[in-house]
Parts: sequence; structure tokens; C-alpha cells
Amino acid sequence: MRYVKAENLETAAALLNGEPGISRILAGGTDVLVQLRSEAVEPDLIVDMKYLDGMRDITPEDGGFRVGAAVSGAELGEHKEVCALWPGVVEGFELIGSTQVQSRATMAGNLCNGSPAADSVPGMIAANATARIFGPEGFRNCPVADIPVSPGKTSLAKGEFITSILLPARPARASDAYLRFIPRTEMDIAVSSAAVSLELDGDGTCTAARVVIGAVAPTVLLVQDAGAALEGTKLDDAAIAKMVQAVEAACSPIDDKRGTVEFRTKTAGVLAKRAALIAYERAGGKK
Amino acid sequence: MALDTSNKREFKVVGTRVQRPDGIDKVTGKAMYGADVTAPGMLIGRILRSPHAHARIVSLDTSAAEALKGVKAVVTTADLSTPEDDYFADIRDNCLAREKVLYDGHAVAAVAATNKHVAKEALKLIKVEYEILSHVTDVDEAMKADAPIVQEGRADESVHEGWSQNVTSHFEFGHGDLEAGFAKADKIVERTFKTAATHQGYIEPHACLASLGTDGRGELWCCTQGQFLVRTKCAEILGIEASQLRVTASEIGGGFGGKTTVFIEPVALALSRKAGRPVKLVMSREEVFRASGPTVSSSIDVKIGMTKDGRITAGQAKLRYQGGAFPNGTVEFGSQAAFAAYDLEAVQTLGWNVMTNRPKEISYRAPGAPMAIYAVESVVDELCQELSLDPLETRLKNAARKGTLSSYGPTFNDIGLVATLEAAKTHPHYSAPLGKNQGRGLSCGFWFNFGGNTCVSLNLNSDGTVGVVEGNPDIGGSRASISMMAAEELGIPYEKVRTVITDTNSLGYNDVTDGSRVTFAVGLATIEAARAAIKIMCSRVAKIWGIDEEAVVWEDGCAKPSGPNAGEFPPMTIAEIAAIADNTGGPIAGHHEVNADGAGVSFGVHIVDTEVDPETGATKILRYTVFQDAGKAVHPDYVEGQMQGGAVQGIGWALNEEYIYGEDGRLQNPGFLDYRIPVASDLPPIDTVILEIPNPGHPYGVRGVGETSIVPPLAAISNAVSRATGVRMTELPMSPPKLLKAMSER
Repeated sequence: MRYVKAENLETAAALLNGEPGISRILAGGTDVLVQLRSEAVEPDLIVDMKYLDGMRDITPEDGGFRVGAAVSGAELGEHKEVCALWPGVVEGFELIGSTQVQSRATMAGNLCNGSPAADSVPGMIAANATARIFGPEGFRNCPVADIPVSPGKTSLAKGEFITSILLPARPARASDAYLRFIPRTEMDIAVSSAAVSLELDGDGTCTAARVVIGAVAPTVLLVQDAGAALEGTKLDDAAIAKMVQAVEAACSPIDDKRGTVEFRTKTAGVLAKRAALIAYERAGGKK
Repeated sequence: MALDTSNKREFKVVGTRVQRPDGIDKVTGKAMYGADVTAPGMLIGRILRSPHAHARIVSLDTSAAEALKGVKAVVTTADLSTPEDDYFADIRDNCLAREKVLYDGHAVAAVAATNKHVAKEALKLIKVEYEILSHVTDVDEAMKADAPIVQEGRADESVHEGWSQNVTSHFEFGHGDLEAGFAKADKIVERTFKTAATHQGYIEPHACLASLGTDGRGELWCCTQGQFLVRTKCAEILGIEASQLRVTASEIGGGFGGKTTVFIEPVALALSRKAGRPVKLVMSREEVFRASGPTVSSSIDVKIGMTKDGRITAGQAKLRYQGGAFPNGTVEFGSQAAFAAYDLEAVQTLGWNVMTNRPKEISYRAPGAPMAIYAVESVVDELCQELSLDPLETRLKNAARKGTLSSYGPTFNDIGLVATLEAAKTHPHYSAPLGKNQGRGLSCGFWFNFGGNTCVSLNLNSDGTVGVVEGNPDIGGSRASISMMAAEELGIPYEKVRTVITDTNSLGYNDVTDGSRVTFAVGLATIEAARAAIKIMCSRVAKIWGIDEEAVVWEDGCAKPSGPNAGEFPPMTIAEIAAIADNTGGPIAGHHEVNADGAGVSFGVHIVDTEVDPETGATKILRYTVFQDAGKAVHPDYVEGQMQGGAVQGIGWALNEEYIYGEDGRLQNPGFLDYRIPVASDLPPIDTVILEIPNPGHPYGVRGVGETSIVPPLAAISNAVSRATGVRMTELPMSPPKLLKAMSER
């Protein structure tokens, strides 16, 4: 196994592109190191990205924020402006692991690990976040929603890696929230999850809604119908019920040691409902 | 040795909260645990494990592994001895499989290499050809006549003809006319329960360093609850004499019964003997889950009859326990404990021990009792609900007390159940208001406790301080408690005494640290050893003073003349006596060896408030209070710690912990992510109320306190959930998917 501390983007991409065996990218390492320790994978090459320029920066951009691919949960959680603009994204990210893990874990890593249960991904998709990717062909931008393909798989090509994630600007009366179900209170993996991002007009009517669910399908899922059910409403009971119905209809989970199909489907709806109401209140809506 | 009742004793040291002797080492990382020992030339061992639940080993070829550079030894069962006794042979076959692999994770072979990477590569080069056999992991399935047979010919004489060969033993306890008892009942409830296998969850994995020469002389350092037991088992399995194997116990990172046997120690010794070098072997967490000794899973029928005013007229329990791939005896404890809290005219318990393709069970805190009492206490609670009776009053009405013929045979002496129930009744928790979706449950708990073989030396140092040498690893604060009892008896400050746990060649045989026996039995032996030392000190002083030995008494750490007739001498302190011991006959030490009985049973009552989320089935523990009889709490902090720790393990068992097997018979959750022990934020502060009903069998009245506390939580929480939701759960764990489903079917 070779460990390489990348000196610049080009060498990193060339190294990854040229490796015939198994390669892994190290940003926070909170997934990779666990996989190594548990002998789940034996990579031939590990490329460490966290020392590259800009990787650990949080930069304002067009009213939003560009978050470097190696920014940790602890760092993002201490960034007051990001917390104020995208509280649901931050709370999802901060649910990952322990305090120790939070000092290393990254959103980009969480995204590229490809788990449908990833805690930071529903919030990013609800936020309509965009990943900036570098690869042998140079830079490209890609919606976060298009990156997960199936459990453990992403749409990134060989040699490509994420350098930053853009959390976009949003109107004044807008907010988001993320909730997950775990059997414990922390240190666990989502059995189901939901993120909701809302924009409201002056009288509290929802003008735009994005509802995203996790751990109930092969990838994190944006449920268009669920968002549509909330738009034009003040999140009254009928709108919520329609939204929950849409969420339940979109679920295609598996039965496994963590939960049944029935349980995951039911709780995804419950969490979406609760997250929507939290986001509504955060956005200044009054019920 | 009986309770001192000659005069009401005023304790000076016992009952105080002195500083623990191991605290600083543990929080600074200085403490030496199993994996912390190294030796020059040490090799790293690793074990190859079965990926199958049940398979015949057709062939096993280790030649390629042996040829790998850096590999110094490869061992299989062929490198172990042939003990005559089935008990030892089973342990050997659990350490390295013989002919068949019996569960997912069963050890097949092991390597010792110059580093862990070579060891890992070597495992890949071992070729095992398996013939896969059908398997069974569920206890009820395993008892069916056509079930796959885990091992043939293992049933003892108690097993009836026609039963599955997986049933290895059968027990029956009870008294009275069951039929007449049920006829007297106004209400009979009969339910079937299932509980999942759980793991002790000790934070330190099994670890050892073994050095065994070709001359049969060996050293073993390991993390264990009993170095003497490790020596006995390893000597049998390796075919060496006990005197030639010295076993030293490391500091221990939790045991809870799970470290009362061997899993890797004989393998490390065999590797070392073959390689001619020391070998270190440390289990990974995955190996701990797959191949150490979780407790049994169970299937239990309970039938109880009650009159309208809450008198139990008859009780019956049928208990089926699977303890993995080898015969075990745990259902005997469950059958005896099931109805222990009740004074019954008619009671019967029947128990079946069953083999399945799971790891070989070993003790877990009050082994066999929590699931039996869960089933009984659930039915008692349901009867209280049906008959609109107060669950505490009902238990008081039926409580076992002094003179009660217990459900398992003996007549109880002084026991603390009624006092414990009374304390619970008057505690503010029992009458505190509850909110929406909240419920309160309670349950009694019981454990036998144990005494056993114990040997202690107490040495007077030349500066008047004292060293106590004992042979039981400290898993719950016993070093502090033993120092305290020595200080109490000698009349000196706690700080003047240091207790150490010694190796197998430095003291007589001690039973393993189990049965909540150490503070009771080692404490008792320590008190007697102190008394023996006092006798010697008094005789030395008598010589100096030129008076009769009987005319010297021991008070407050000094020898004094017994009265005016004895003569007038200034008291001699222990330090003064120690300083001149050279001139009065040489070193001064006290010893005591005993097979202690009179351990004194222990009862507890737990009250818990839960809140269930009606939309997700998640159960939150809101408030928890433990009431338990400690006889005499030597160090109340540790006693409270035992009461809280047991409650927390029980909470995990009730709500989330379980061994989950797939259709393929493989363990699906061998890690702390999916084997969910509670984390700190899952728990409220656990309140404790210590009762002190002296045990007549101990000079200070001490009872064991380590195990009773894991018994009541299972039923207490299930009863609280039932009252919060209106749903009676009959399966553990009550994980959210199961509870939500039950609530939706309400």
C-alpha cells in the first residue's frame, strides 16, 4: 500500500488515474481508516488531499458558501454564517460520529462514501448544493444529487475527486432541517432520515420546498411530489398528510438488521413531517 | 463464619467512600491491560475462523502458510492434548475446532509470525475444505425432532427418549399441588416469551502473551476473571502440569462473567511451544462478538394464577435456553431463580438446555436469571393490570421472607426482599406524576450469590504497613473493599493497606471471580487472616511484657493489656510490633484458606419510567431507581456502581441489544455499531437506594452485590412500556421496529 500526500490537484488526479489497483482518497479519513482497520478493503494507493490549497477553507460566494472538501464537521459547526444560512445541512453533518470523529469527518467524504444512510447528504441535496470536481479533464461542477449512484458507488470518473461543495444563497424567509431515526441517541447510523428545505413568502405560504429522504432507497432521494405537496400551503395538516404520502410512496427500502421495510417507510414519513415543521418555524412561519 | 453479633459493631473504615487504588493508573493510561504486555522476541498470533455456521472439515492444509517467510508456527487441534474430561475437551474444541466447525467464527487454525501483516497473509494461505452442513440457531427450532444435530451423543441421563439430540440436559424444581393451585385462581395468565442472546460487552477484548518452552515450563499473562481457572484449563488442554504454568492476570477492562473461561490462551501457548518464542494474541472486536461467550437466548412459557385480591395461587415456568454449540447448564439457574421472589404454595419450573450453531455460551452477570425473571415478572404485572391491583402491594403480599420455602428447595434465612419493596413503596419515585405516552414499571430481581474456594495472605511489613495478597482479579472494586476490611479488623487506616492480586504460583487455589463472591469470600478470608496476624502480634507482645497471651487484647491498631490484673503496660502499636519483629520470632503474617459458604442471597427492586414515541416506537428511559440489599455496603460508591451498571446492561438488553443471525447462520452484527449497548446520552442518572439487611454468613454482614442488578430491568422496562402504550411485549429486545408494529396492531 502506497500513501501519497498530494502536492497539487494535477498530481493527485494523475496518481489516481494511473493506479491500476484499488485507490482511496483521504480527506478526514473517518471512513477509510475504519475500512482499513476492519480489513474491509486493502487499497494499493491512498492519496491524502487534506493539505491541498483551499481544501480546508470556507469562503463566501454569491451569497452562499463554498466549503472545502476537507472542512471538518467541527469547523463547519463553528461557522456562524453557514449555521445561520443552512442550519439543516450543518445539523445533519454534525450528527455523524462522535466528537473525535467530528474533528476529522468531511461532507465530501460522507458524500463519496456512497451510503444511502449518509447523514450530511439529504441536507445538501435539499439545499441544492453543487460539488466542484477536479479530474484528469480539469474542473467541473455537478449537483450533489447526481453524485450517489448506488450503495458505495458514485458518478465520479476514475481520477476525479471533489475539491469543494457550494451551499448556495437563499432568500430571507427560508430555512431547512434534518432528522434521522436511530435506536440510540447518538453514535449510530440512520435507519431512515429526512431533510426539508423551505422558502416562504411574506405571509408564511411556502413558495418552494425540497424534501429529501435517506436510508430508504439505494441512494438518498429527492422526492419531488413531497416538495410539491407543501408548495402553496402554510403546511396545514392536509398538506403535511399529502407530503407524507408522497414520501412513503417514494420509499423502496430493504429489510435488514437495522430496520424493516414497514418501519423505514413509516418513520421516513414521520421524520419528513417533523423536519418540515421545524424548517417552517426556522424560516419564520407561524402555525 | 457467622456474623459478629456479640456487640453491635461500630465500623470505622467499612462503609466509607475511600479513594480507589486503581483510579489514577487507569485514567492516566498507566494500568497494564491484557494487550499491554510485551516480551523480547515476541511473535504476533492470529486465528483463522470458520465462515460457516456448521460444516465438516474435510481437509486442512497449512503447508503454504508454514512456508511463508516470517511465519514461525502454525497450529491446529492436532497440536493440543487430549483431556479425559468432556468439560475440558469441549473447551479445547471451542479453542480450535476438531472435525467440525460448529458456528460462524469457530477457530480452525492459528499462526504466529514476526508481525501482524505476515500473520494476516499466512491466514490466507491456509487451505480448508469444508463440507457444509445444515445449521440451526434458534432454540425452538433446535428442539424439533428433525432439527440439524449440532453434536451427537451429548445428552445426559435427564434427557427423555425421543427428544432432539440437541437437548443436553433437563431440570425440574418446585413443590405443591399445581392443579389445585390453579383451580383456586380467579385469573390465570399464560404467555410465551423470547429473549435474544446478548453479550457482556466488556470494553477490553481478550488478550494474552504466552511463553511456553519445549520443556513444558510456561508463563502466561492474560486478561481474565480467574488466573487459577486459566491455569487449570490450559494445563489440561496443553497436557502440562499445573506447577509448570504460571498465570498472571492483567488489569481487566470489564468481564461481567465473560472472562471466566479461555478462548485464545491455549492457542497462544500452543503457538509459543511450537515456535519457541513468546506469542501475543489479541482478539479484535469482531472476534469477540463472533467467538467469545455471549449469554443464552431463551424461549419461555409462564403460567400464573392469582386471586382477585392479589394472592398468587400457583406458578409454572417452562424454560428453553440455547447456549451455543456445546452442552451447558445455564437453564438450571434460570429454573431455580424464576419464582425465587415469591412465597408460593404450588410452583413448578422445567428447564431444557439446548445446543445450536452459535458460540459456546459463558456466564453473563446472574447467568440464566434475567430472562426467567423477565417472563415471570411480566405475567405478574399483566395479572395486576387485569385485576386492577397495585403491582408493588401485590409483590409485598406474595413476597418471600425468612422461613419461606423457596421455589428451588432451600428455606430462606434473613433476606431483604420485603424491606426492599417497602423502601420502593415509600420512595418519591413510586408516586411521582407521569405525562402522556409515559408509563411506570417495576420488577423484583434475585441472585443466589456464591462463596467458594478462597485463599488470602496478609503480611505485616517492617514499617507497620500491611500487604494483602489475594487471587481474584478486581472487576468491581474488590481491592479497595478488601483493603478496607483488613484495615477495619486491624484497626489501622485504609491507606496503610495495599491489596495485590497475585499469580498462580504465589498463593493457593482461588475460584474464579464470579457469583458476586469476592467481596464476600475474599473479604471473609481477609478478616480471618487479619485475626490470625493479630493473634501472632498479641503473642509477641505477651512475650515482651512477660504476661500470658490471653492477657493481651487488640484494640485500635494496638496491643493492650486486657485489664488491670494483666499488668500496666503502655499500648504497643502495630508499627512498634513490626519494627522489632526480628527479635520476637521473625516475620508476622496471617493466612486463611476456606471453601466459603453462607454467601447469602440478594434481592433487588427496580422502578423505571419510560416514554414511548407513538410514531416511531422509540423508548426513552426517563427515570430509574434501583433498590437493593447489600447486606453491608463496604464501599458504597462501588456498591452503587454495581447497581447502576447492572441496570444499564439490563436497559440495553431490554431495548436494543441482540445477536442477529442471517439465514446463512452467520452473525450479522459483530460490532458496536449494530450491537447497540446504551450510550451515556441514552440514560438518565440511575438513582440507587442501598438496603443493609446483614448476611448471617459474613462477620460484617456482607452480601454479594454484583449480579442481582441486571435481573429486574428486563421486566421493569417491559412493564413500563406496557403501561405507556397498552401493548404487552413478549419478545426482547423491544427494538423500535417491533414495538411500532405491535402498537399499530393494537
